[in-house]
Amino acid sequence: MGALIDFVNKLLNKDDVPSKDLAKERLRLVLVHDRATLSPELLMTLKEELINVLTKYLEIDVAGLEVNLDRADDTVALVANIPVKSVRRA
Amino acid sequence: MESSQVIVITSGKGGVGKTTSTANLGHGLAEQGYKVCLVDADIGLRNLDVVMGLENRIVYDLVDVVEGNCKLRNALIKDKRNENLYLLPAAQTRDKDAVQPEQMIELNRQLREQFQYILIDCPAGIERGFKNAIAGADAAIIVTTPEVSAVRDADRIIGLIEAAEIPAPKLIINRLRPDMVKKGDMMDIDDVIEILAIDLLGVVPDDESIIVSTNRGEPVILDKHSRAGQAYRNISRRIAGEDVPLMDLSSPGLLEKLRRLVGGK
Ligand SMILES: Nc1ncnc2c1ncn2[C@@H]1O[C@H](COP(=O)(O)OP(=O)(O)OP(=O)(O)O)[C@@H](O)[C@H]1O
Ligand SMILES: [Mg+2]
Repeated sequence: MGALIDFVNKLLNKDDVPSKDLAKERLRLVLVHDRATLSPELLMTLKEELINVLTKYLEIDVAGLEVNLDRADDTVALVANIPVKSVRRA
Repeated sequence: MESSQVIVITSGKGGVGKTTSTANLGHGLAEQGYKVCLVDADIGLRNLDVVMGLENRIVYDLVDVVEGNCKLRNALIKDKRNENLYLLPAAQTRDKDAVQPEQMIELNRQLREQFQYILIDCPAGIERGFKNAIAGADAAIIVTTPEVSAVRDADRIIGLIEAAEIPAPKLIINRLRPDMVKKGDMMDIDDVIEILAIDLLGVVPDDESIIVSTNRGEPVILDKHSRAGQAYRNISRRIAGEDVPLMDLSSPGLLEKLRRLVGGK
């Protein structure tokens, strides 16, 4: 009986995505954002190590260096803006 | 004790079943013969005592112990039904700032001398009370319900537990409704595990008998006919290292319904 009622409901209801699928998809997206938070300390360490590596190859403007997590709808990117003063000769 | 374990039971979101789980797992472990102490770390919102039915026996509390107003043994309350089981109640009229993480570590050190399992009932949230409750824990059990907000908060807590270097937290999914799962209206066990990516410790069905037993001050695990009680018995055996298969939560068959009728439950 219950199965019959479900079946009729399904026929009547066109956009019938199981609500648990919506829950799962929404969770997946929200967690991409939640998990992509770097603590300020971690971001500082990351910057320092980046500078160490970069200065082996380039002369950079350390004060102008920007590193941030950039969040779009369902992706997260590490975006760095690194002003270069000059390239070291090999 | 030579091998003692401090396990914090936590969730992030409030009201998902931390206190219920702590009380039931405490009974389950004590029933197996282990010496168990339950610590109510929800200072200011004391609850574990009423769920255990021990509210009339409290003289001293956790804050009295850490402040040195009494000896630990004066604050410990022995359970009514199981002599292996003790409760250290929270203070009701103080706030969470009354305790420091270092004091919790020292308290755990003392409790380890007498008990094999120390279960810490954590307050909701990620603030001071949470930090106190996880201080010095060897292991963590995360409780969630199969709902978006609870799972999201569980994810945050798992991150904080890992940051605190407590290894491999394990998950209890509480209040699962097999009828709703069947209809596609509730996330199932696999969905939640896939999202949180941690090991499953057990699943507890949504069960009215929990409310009835809490009314009586008798944890549901003492009710031999309750499915939630059976789930908690299984989980407590898994905590002790036994390999117990997940129980079938699909709605009870005719035979089971008959047995419940006959059993008066
Ligand atoms: N499996 C279940 N079936 C039915 N009711 C339940 C179940 N688990 C818990 N409850 C009920 O949910 C309510 C909240 O449970 P509980 O107090 O254990 O949550 P909590 O996580 O400790 O809450 P808080 O964050 O406030 O400390 C209680 O009324 C309890 O009886
Ligand atoms: Mg509680």
